Amino acid sequence: MIIFDVVDRSGNVRTVEVPEEINLNLMEVLKASEYPILATCGGMALCATCQVEVAQGIENLPSPTDVELDMLDQLPKATSQSRLACQIKIHENLNGAVFNLGAE
Amino acid sequence: MITTDICVIGAGPVGLFSVFEAGLLKMRCHLVDVLPVIGGQLSEIYPKKPIYDIPGYPEIKAEDLVENLRQQILPFKPTFTLGERVETLIKSDNGDFVLVTSDHTEIKAKVVVIAGGLGCFEPRKPELALLEYFEGKGVDYIVKDPEKFRSKKLVIAGGGDSALDWAIHLTEIAEQVTLVHRNESFRGAPDSTEKVFHLAKTGRLNLLLNSNLHALEGNGVLKSVDIISKQGVVSKIEADYMVPLFGLSPKLGPIGEWGLNIDKSAIEVNTLDYSTNVSGIYAIGDINTYPGKLKLILCGFHEAALMAQSAFKHVHPNQKLSFKYTTVNGVNTF
Repeated sequence: MIIFDVVDRSGNVRTVEVPEEINLNLMEVLKASEYPILATCGGMALCATCQVEVAQGIENLPSPTDVELDMLDQLPKATSQSRLACQIKIHENLNGAVFNLGAE
Repeated sequence: MITTDICVIGAGPVGLFSVFEAGLLKMRCHLVDVLPVIGGQLSEIYPKKPIYDIPGYPEIKAEDLVENLRQQILPFKPTFTLGERVETLIKSDNGDFVLVTSDHTEIKAKVVVIAGGLGCFEPRKPELALLEYFEGKGVDYIVKDPEKFRSKKLVIAGGGDSALDWAIHLTEIAEQVTLVHRNESFRGAPDSTEKVFHLAKTGRLNLLLNSNLHALEGNGVLKSVDIISKQGVVSKIEADYMVPLFGLSPKLGPIGEWGLNIDKSAIEVNTLDYSTNVSGIYAIGDINTYPGKLKLILCGFHEAALMAQSAFKHVHPNQKLSFKYTTVNGVNTF
């Protein structure tokens, strides 16, 4: 199992466990875990409604692609910890990470 | 006023295909799209990308699918209003709908089909107190007429291409331009970035990097913008205008105000016929939601077919609908 923590918009922390071979991205897992993420564009890095802050473990994630960086660069509130959940593949490198859900 | 049987809002693949399904049942369609071209996301976002899950096409480029759909619906002579957004939708006493666009085009229809996809792309707004208060009183999200800023003091926020391009262009017109960007570098086109740094160096552009918008001040109209640096230092910039350029984000837009049941930015429908809670209004494709919804073009095509069967009752209330295969009768045009 891949295990990481999610902090929702009210500050509640929940541990999410996902099987290794699931072949989903973080946005899909968060939606399936009933988090209120719009994901309007369906995972094309276009709407940024799945924006998350990686509070822990960002160093273990693959670097964002140009498409993701272009979108993050436009967001008024993004920080160096911001990522789009739809662009993060579920992988063992997420073990121990902590994700804060973004504002939108 | 344009009069039609069905007004389709959205000219993406599902909106286009609904013309075919409606046409088979002798219903005419008029399509409205905020984009200046047909095809929706396929034309605007990924025209060159191959799609692999269109039945009968192992692989087809998005732009080719749009062209094929255009040809497929030609026999049914659809009419279009492009580059305009439907702002209002009113149901008149006789049951007809009257739609009015952003350019005041009026369309009368017996049935409305919302095939709006992701919705409309609207400017992304920063979180800032009093932002909405100053909209139209100094805060603009797009630059329509650069002359508006002649000899004015202006703050532009953002780090994308449009922020860079407008900052460069408006230094020629405005009295003072301040560009505020969150990071210390830009990801925009290298020559624009170079120009911005050059303008800053020569004193023609006030460039504030590693900074964010913090507060707006004014008395009826905008007077100044407070900028906060990463170190937390606040500086006040006199400004007649502030233009945040943080890209576009898909929003439901005016559709949200038409009395339809909405769940998480999608329109709730009955899967019997993809009708909404308002009789005569249907929602198909990515914009609708129901248990088990899949946002796939092929699902939208299916929804269009069932919608047309149901819409027939509104368009031709006194006629009996008999279902016929195109293999039996061909495509009989109007």
